[in-house]
Amino acid sequence: MDVSPEKLADAYRLMKTIREFEERMRSEYQQGKLPGFIHIYRNQEAIAVAACLDMTNEDYIASTHRGHGHCIAKGCEIEAMLLELACKEDGLCNGKGGSMHIADMSKGMLGANAIVGGGPPIAAGAALTAKTLGNGAVSMAFIGDGASDQGTVAESLNLAVVLQLPIIFMYENNRYAEFTKSPKPDGRIAERAGAFGMPAEVIDGSDFFAMYDACQRAIMRGREGGGPTAIEAVCNRYYGHFEGDAQAYRDQAELEAERAVSDPLPRFLADPRAAALTEDKIAEIDAAILAEIDRGFEVTYAAADPTPDKLFTDVYIHYEGRLQ
Amino acid sequence: MKMSIREAINQTLHQEMERDERVIVLGEDVASDQGGVYGITDGLPAKFGLRRVIDTPITESAIVGAAGGAALTGLRPVAELMFVDFLGVCLDQILNQIAKFRYMFGGQARTPVVIRTMIGAGTGTGPQHSQILYPLLAAIPGIKVVTPANAADAKGLLTTAIRDDDPVIFCEHKALYMDECEVPEGEYLLPFGQARTAVEGSDITIVGMSRTAVIAEAAAAQLAQKGISAEVLDLRTLSPLDEGSVLESLAKTGRLVVVDESNPYCSMASEIAGLVVERGFDTLDAPVKRVTSPHTPVPATPCLEANYVPSVERVMAAVEETLSY
Repeated sequence: MDVSPEKLADAYRLMKTIREFEERMRSEYQQGKLPGFIHIYRNQEAIAVAACLDMTNEDYIASTHRGHGHCIAKGCEIEAMLLELACKEDGLCNGKGGSMHIADMSKGMLGANAIVGGGPPIAAGAALTAKTLGNGAVSMAFIGDGASDQGTVAESLNLAVVLQLPIIFMYENNRYAEFTKSPKPDGRIAERAGAFGMPAEVIDGSDFFAMYDACQRAIMRGREGGGPTAIEAVCNRYYGHFEGDAQAYRDQAELEAERAVSDPLPRFLADPRAAALTEDKIAEIDAAILAEIDRGFEVTYAAADPTPDKLFTDVYIHYEGRLQ
Repeated sequence: MKMSIREAINQTLHQEMERDERVIVLGEDVASDQGGVYGITDGLPAKFGLRRVIDTPITESAIVGAAGGAALTGLRPVAELMFVDFLGVCLDQILNQIAKFRYMFGGQARTPVVIRTMIGAGTGTGPQHSQILYPLLAAIPGIKVVTPANAADAKGLLTTAIRDDDPVIFCEHKALYMDECEVPEGEYLLPFGQARTAVEGSDITIVGMSRTAVIAEAAAAQLAQKGISAEVLDLRTLSPLDEGSVLESLAKTGRLVVVDESNPYCSMASEIAGLVVERGFDTLDAPVKRVTSPHTPVPATPCLEANYVPSVERVMAAVEETLSY
């Protein structure tokens, strides 16, 4: 599989952006500067980036509570994201969504989702739009290993097969459902999805190149009318379920070992296929990322909170009744 | 032209699918030869094809959720939730997803989805196929709830619902499907949030919705023979709610009976009673009387079911009690 130099640089830039963004989010959150719950995506970067690299703004994704990486991979602007995660007036969702409900319709990002398993039926609907309009677009649902047990996920898999929808079920098996270790062996999730009657494969989620290859095939299958695909990307949840979760329930030695082998960034750079990315180029990308994040936080902390009247806006497009 | 509610809904679906190709219909059995349980979607597959009239598995979360996702991305789906009781297996997609898209996405989302669903008792279908549940839906910000009581309103309100850019739950009472009335030909739209004065009167106001509007009208006819002039208001839509018309009618009559097939607690009847206590207290000449179903499930046996739903007799007794206060 060949990756063009532009795509290679994009892939690195996006993975590194997610990494730096999440580490900075974590640090700011620990200082009490950000509201609500946040769920950090570290070590899963290769999945989101490989999944979205060949998508356009006409393709759709439905994300999860751990959605920052999906947003960045799908092209959301860093500053607009930060404004939303800090719940500011000029955020992507005017501060009314926050981390767990961030969305960017202009990028085909149909929302993070605070209901585990809430996204797949919506992604199936976006795929139904693509199929009905015959426009060659595809839809992707990100699904955690915890969500894989939800009935909505099974219903969506089945509907996708029955209607032959252009959808990819992107399972991120980080082996922990909140505080509980998955009792399922790796591969069981893909086995289940495959049993509904679609191609399903297990991929090392830390291996960008393997992920990108699988995603390209799945997206092409969807675009060409070949129906749904499932991918189980096996990965490591570096930090806790939410930020502030000390992970006392995890074997610390095992966690350290997993962290070391499942970091997608050094693996990507060590791969001969990434050789075109020179040290100078990397340094240039890294500097630009840090500058963009710095600027984003600067703008965010100076930004206005939503005015009180915003409590009542955008409940409906038009409503003839009272809201209070 | 005279037609039944069933026929009016079928005609409206034909007209709106003809008018706008983004309108699709999906649900269980909707593309079958019989047009679903009550023949509502009869003729649609032949005319519009299986690309736009989509039979689904029995999978309510996926039906409702996919309809929401399709609406979010440019279609105008009319999904069928066969019986409102099945809300039990798909509420998340309505409550946490569809209803909240626009607000939680800061106004970016447009979700023009209609969920048609069958409500109500009176046909012996028992505890899991006979409920009303519209108060539960009307309590959710972000969705609109529509409850037609006759064929003309069914056509006018469904047309408006399909063209509305917000999510709408369209509640069809199964005991009213065959009720006939004159229905305007061609394009016919009714605005949401405007109650219908079914009967004009001056002694007392009776508020109903869906089937209870029909029951209230029948009670008013019998009360007229006794020399009692009852005004009957059909709410037509529960969210938005036409509070102004209720308060105006009450200002004229001074007395109010609300007839609602819901279970009593947190019912539409309670909502209307609360409204008039808060905003129409000075116009009340007697306590508000609520005629509802009891705080029980709907029994299957017709002999108990007959006592479950509000009847003309119960409405008349409530009116007489209110008038003699």
